[in-house]
Amino acid sequence: MSTHIKNVQLNNVELASAITMPTPAHLDALRAGLVAVADTEGLLDIAYRTVDSPFGPLLVAATAHGVVRVAFEREDHDRVLDDLAGTVSPRILRSGRRTDAVARQLDEYFAGRRRRFEVEVDLQLVHGFRREVIAHLAEIDYGSTASYAAVARAVGNPAAVRAVGSACSHNPVPVVLPCHRVVRSDGSLGQYLGGVETKAALLALEAAA
Amino acid sequence: MQPFEEIVAEHGEVVMRVCRALLRPADADDAWSDTFLSALRAYPDLRPDSNVRGWLVTIAHRKALDVIRKSKRVDPVAAVPEQSRGGDVHELPDHDLRDALAALPPKQRAAVVLHYLGDLPYADVAAALDTSAAAARRSAADGIANLRTSYLSNLPEKESSR
Repeated sequence: MSTHIKNVQLNNVELASAITMPTPAHLDALRAGLVAVADTEGLLDIAYRTVDSPFGPLLVAATAHGVVRVAFEREDHDRVLDDLAGTVSPRILRSGRRTDAVARQLDEYFAGRRRRFEVEVDLQLVHGFRREVIAHLAEIDYGSTASYAAVARAVGNPAAVRAVGSACSHNPVPVVLPCHRVVRSDGSLGQYLGGVETKAALLALEAAA
Repeated sequence: MQPFEEIVAEHGEVVMRVCRALLRPADADDAWSDTFLSALRAYPDLRPDSNVRGWLVTIAHRKALDVIRKSKRVDPVAAVPEQSRGGDVHELPDHDLRDALAALPPKQRAAVVLHYLGDLPYADVAAALDTSAAAARRSAADGIANLRTSYLSNLPEKESSR
C-alpha cells in the first residue's frame, strides 16, 4: 500500500489541483458562447473591442442602438469602460459581432478607402446643446474642415463658439463623428481628444486620400 | 461597478473548478454558462460592497446541484461510464475526486466544495448553506476526513487497476 499518499495533507491547493481545468482556448470558447446567449437574451448592454489604428488601439463600444463610445488609448480604455459601467450599464462584455461593422469601416477609413461611416450611433452620453453639435458633425464632408464659429452658426447659436469647442472635446464617438474636422477660424487646429498631432494626421490622411 | 467582462476574467476559473468538482466536463460547461448568464442578469442589482466571488461560487454550486438532481431523475450519473462521454485521459484524476465527492453526504460535499474548491471563508459557506459557521466548519472537516479514506486510499488502487 502506498502509505506516502495517505500521509498527504488534503488541503485546498491539493484538492484544487486534482481537478483538471479546461484549456484557456476552451474557456475562451465558453466565454464567446456566453456573449452570444447574453446578446439574444437582451442582456448584452454594451459590447466592445479594440481596433488597431495608426494612432494606437482604439476602444469601440456599442449598445443595441449603435456605437456609443470610441476612445483613444490616452483616454485609458479601462477607465472608459469603468465610466460606461457607471453611466450606461455594467453589463459589458468583450465581443466581436455587434462591433464588426464599425471595426471594418474604421480599418477602411484608416486605409484611405472609406469617406463616410455607415453605422448607427448612440449619443446617449451627451445631452442638450452638446448633442446638437455632435450630431451636426456628420454633415462636415470628408477632407474638408469647418470653423468652430461656422458650426455654432450651423446649429443656430452663432455666439456659442466656445460651447462648440467644449462639445467637440466631449465627443463620445471621435473619428466616426468627425470632430477632428472642426478647427479655429484662423486655420490653426485647436484641441483634440486624441492629441493635436492625431488631429493633424487625420486631416492629412483625408487630404491625401 | 466593474464591467462584467472583468468579473468573468477574474472568477471564470474558480467557477469552473466548482462545476467540475461536481459534474462531468460537458455538464460543467453548461453549469458554467448558466452561472454567468444568471449572474449577468442580476449583476446591476448586486450591492456594491458584495463579495463577488462568494456570490458566483454560490450560484455555481446551486446550478451544479440542479444538474445533478435532474440527471438523477432520468439517468443516474454513476450508471453512465465516464469514457462513453468521450472524456480524454487528462480528465482521469478529477473523475476520481468527483466520484469521492459524489459519495459524500450532501452537507459535507457542499462545505468541502465551497470552502476548499470555491475558496470561500466559513462565514460565506455558512451563508450559502443557511447554517452556522461552526457547523459549516464541522461539515467540511468531516468531509475531508471521509475523502482521506475514500479518495486518497483508493487513488493508487484505481490507477493500477486501469
